[in-house]
Amino acid sequence: MHEMGIASSVLDAVRTELTKYPGSRATKVGVRIGEWAGVDVESLRFCCEALIMDSDLTGLAVELDYRLRRNGCPQCGHEFAIQNYATQCPRCDCEHTVPLGGTELDISYIELDDGEDDGTSAP
Amino acid sequence: MERVPLEKKVLSENDRIAGELRQRFSEQHTFVMNCISSPGSGKTMLLERTLEALPKDLRVAVLTGDIQTDNDARRLARYSFPVQQITTAGCCHLDARMIEKALANWSRDPLDLLLIENVGNLVCPTSYDLGEACKVVILSVTEGADKPLKYPGAFFKSKLMVLNKTDLLPYVPFKLEEARANARSINPEIDIIETSCTSGEGLDTWLAWIDAHLHLATAAPSR
Repeated sequence: MHEMGIASSVLDAVRTELTKYPGSRATKVGVRIGEWAGVDVESLRFCCEALIMDSDLTGLAVELDYRLRRNGCPQCGHEFAIQNYATQCPRCDCEHTVPLGGTELDISYIELDDGEDDGTSAP
Repeated sequence: MERVPLEKKVLSENDRIAGELRQRFSEQHTFVMNCISSPGSGKTMLLERTLEALPKDLRVAVLTGDIQTDNDARRLARYSFPVQQITTAGCCHLDARMIEKALANWSRDPLDLLLIENVGNLVCPTSYDLGEACKVVILSVTEGADKPLKYPGAFFKSKLMVLNKTDLLPYVPFKLEEARANARSINPEIDIIETSCTSGEGLDTWLAWIDAHLHLATAAPSR
């Protein structure tokens, strides 16, 4: 339901970043989404595409990097993806493992095209 | 082609405002609770019973969010504490800017307790930090005991789960133990309180929980 707002925040962040690189065009933005971020990935993809179409950011690709929830074991140091909500350490059976990720909602990078680089390196 | 690492929160603008609010609440020793639940779990009724029981000299205020109507604010305004309705007009959650804007309508005098009733929704409100000290998730026994598994974010991020409408337990197939176990599997640290706003059962435990956290907020040193 709130994916449109999130898509809009992503594109605003791209625009803000672009102001630091006059003359450049953003070609791609990477977004990291945790399993528990409360965001539907397909819905977010749709919203981003809808907002990019015919906007000042036309041509921008959005790469959505979905991250499963992971826990770490304070006892044996094992890191594991959570399946079926089982948080017990599969290696040493410790019951008090701690969340390491899975709630991410981050913009990881932006790819820019400065309009001058034709793919060959300068002499 | 150049790749620029950004490593920025998508909701960084919301988080910036939430950070400012949290700073202000901390300086003023205000304990802020962000109450989240699905529609119809009894958030407003729980807040009504809370306001009814709180000492009248406690500085309390309530912000209540809904997509439309000011029904909740009118219900909550009967207890002589300041109440404001935030009508989101279609938006499915409250965000930090809405809280900031609503607070600007009031004086900046410090509060002891600010109760925020979020829009009824177990999904989106969990993504938006409002500068609160804690989130509280309310689950009523007319819903499924598997709600914590279906909507893990809300239970993972909450400090307390209130199991509400316990007076209806004889009439519904809700399994209390299963609900507790599901919530703890998502968040082993979560506090759990059972309440019935109709019979009053468990409300003393709920009020004691608030009281204990109020004292923590009051005791917190100003930064």
